[in-house]
Amino acid sequence: MSATDTRARTAHTAKGAVTTPTSRMTALARAELTLLGRNKGTVFAALFVPLVLPFSVYSASEEMDLAEAGLTPALLVLPAAIGFSLLFAVYSALVGVFVVRREELVLKRLRTGELRDVEILSGSAMPAVLSGLVQSLVLAVGCAVLLDLSAPSAPHLAVLGLLLGLVMCAALAAVTASFTRTGESAQVTPLPFMFVSMPGSGMFVPLDLFPDQVASVCELLPLTPVVTLVRGGWTGDLSAYETLGAVATAVAWTVVAVFAVRRWFRWEPRR
Amino acid sequence: MHANGHEHVIEVTDLRRVYGGGFEAVRGIDFSVRRAEIFALLGTNGAGKTSTVELLEGLAAPAGGRVRVLGHDPYTERAAVRPRTGVMLQEGGFPSELTVAETARMWAGCVSGARPPAEVLALVGLQAKANVRVKQLSGGQRRRLDLALALLGDPEVLFLDEPSTGLDAEGRRDTWELVSTLRDGGTTVLLTTHYLEEAENLADRLAIMHEGRIAATGTPAEVTAAQPSRISFELPDGYFVGDLPPLGELGVSDHEVDGRLVRLRTRELQRAATQLLVWAGRAGVELRRLDVRSASLEEAFLGIAKDASAKDASAKAAESTTKEEYAA
Repeated sequence: MSATDTRARTAHTAKGAVTTPTSRMTALARAELTLLGRNKGTVFAALFVPLVLPFSVYSASEEMDLAEAGLTPALLVLPAAIGFSLLFAVYSALVGVFVVRREELVLKRLRTGELRDVEILSGSAMPAVLSGLVQSLVLAVGCAVLLDLSAPSAPHLAVLGLLLGLVMCAALAAVTASFTRTGESAQVTPLPFMFVSMPGSGMFVPLDLFPDQVASVCELLPLTPVVTLVRGGWTGDLSAYETLGAVATAVAWTVVAVFAVRRWFRWEPRR
Repeated sequence: MHANGHEHVIEVTDLRRVYGGGFEAVRGIDFSVRRAEIFALLGTNGAGKTSTVELLEGLAAPAGGRVRVLGHDPYTERAAVRPRTGVMLQEGGFPSELTVAETARMWAGCVSGARPPAEVLALVGLQAKANVRVKQLSGGQRRRLDLALALLGDPEVLFLDEPSTGLDAEGRRDTWELVSTLRDGGTTVLLTTHYLEEAENLADRLAIMHEGRIAATGTPAEVTAAQPSRISFELPDGYFVGDLPPLGELGVSDHEVDGRLVRLRTRELQRAATQLLVWAGRAGVELRRLDVRSASLEEAFLGIAKDASAKDASAKAAESTTKEEYAA
């Protein structure tokens, strides 16, 4: 650094434009995408696991009486695969992102600038959310090709379920990060939600095959409406009442999560 | 605010900050910073400097009192203030796996009116490190990256929390030069430091913080002038303090004896020194280890820290002194 260089302050070249929420979040998301690509562990867990786990669901499906629930193996595997994608590529990955950025004081630094709090969290979450979205589309195509899945009868429901799931999982990740102190503990704190969701939200076994009372409790779990809407989008046999119930459950969880983040999210490490 | 260029860009009134555990880090401070002025908050670790700067940056809400930056509340009116300020935190804040250029590009995308990232990296001498990951930078290089990012948006107000910590002597001088140049160009700078030399060389005005309060404030010369000068020497063999000329006549306000070593404090250094040396010459004795020195900021700083600790019981008195100084 030399003193003569400082003249550059007055003799500028081009100056950038005034930022907008979109431009700021895009800049942040781009950096996060670069970081995602450099974190081999996350890339493996987020991209590879959700592509492999559905095979085990498929082999389990052969021992189930799916016909009783009016389902085919493909209709069990696809919602499960999308659920895995949401849990691994979005939820679990983002808990790590939020916690590590906080530990590195990146969140604190971002808060000294023009970004609003919601932009910081949304921008940081964008690459993981997009990877979950792309992965879900790939999984749908894969199921159509490999498992002879027909075209969805009510695609709008499947799309709605997926979008709600993406937003909700990002918000729930921020909630989990609020109660996670270090990058190491971020490997563990996402597990309870994942372990509850996999069996409880009908990803392994359809809720229709559960005892009624258990099923009605499981319907209130965050990921259940996503599985319900995606599956319903293909079968087309969801009643308006069931659809509304699922949407309301997903929206309610998202609202609760956003409230919890506003209340408890920590922007700096504890000292 | 006035339009004459001397308006107060930062105004702090009876500012307080209390942490969750009840610790009172900032205990009612007042100061203001004019446009194109470098103002230093000087103090030991734990004096409350960073706690104060974070309130000015709008990272937290004060527990009491008022902050105005460019006429706005930096916490509640974030959107009005942030495009006009640049912040260098005390440490870190970069993803370790991004390169220097990627970090600068990311931040440039979040700053209105950003200069080309390469330009500010060159300004702090980091152009050769553009493709190095942040985790591979030395502490000093990270400090310079932090400074570069704070300058990206050409801010009107610059907050620098310990800007030269971790820099070598040359890097520190370069930073001082850069900050002075920015000030000459009209930037208002508030910095914290525990380096006396930094405050003395760089600051137009400074405030010495101690235990959450401002113990002294003014230009470096004013703060120093408020302190007495010092003379110390070893008593010649066979002489006692009582053998010296009456200390009052020398203009000595205070003295202490430590074994054979005598320390005198005076506000009339020339008179005291002359009379002491004339006495020694007439008596034909040698004053070994003779040391005559004007007050420095260092003495002011150490003196204030000592006094403030000693007078902690009369903390309220210190507070009213501070206020009187501002009223004056």
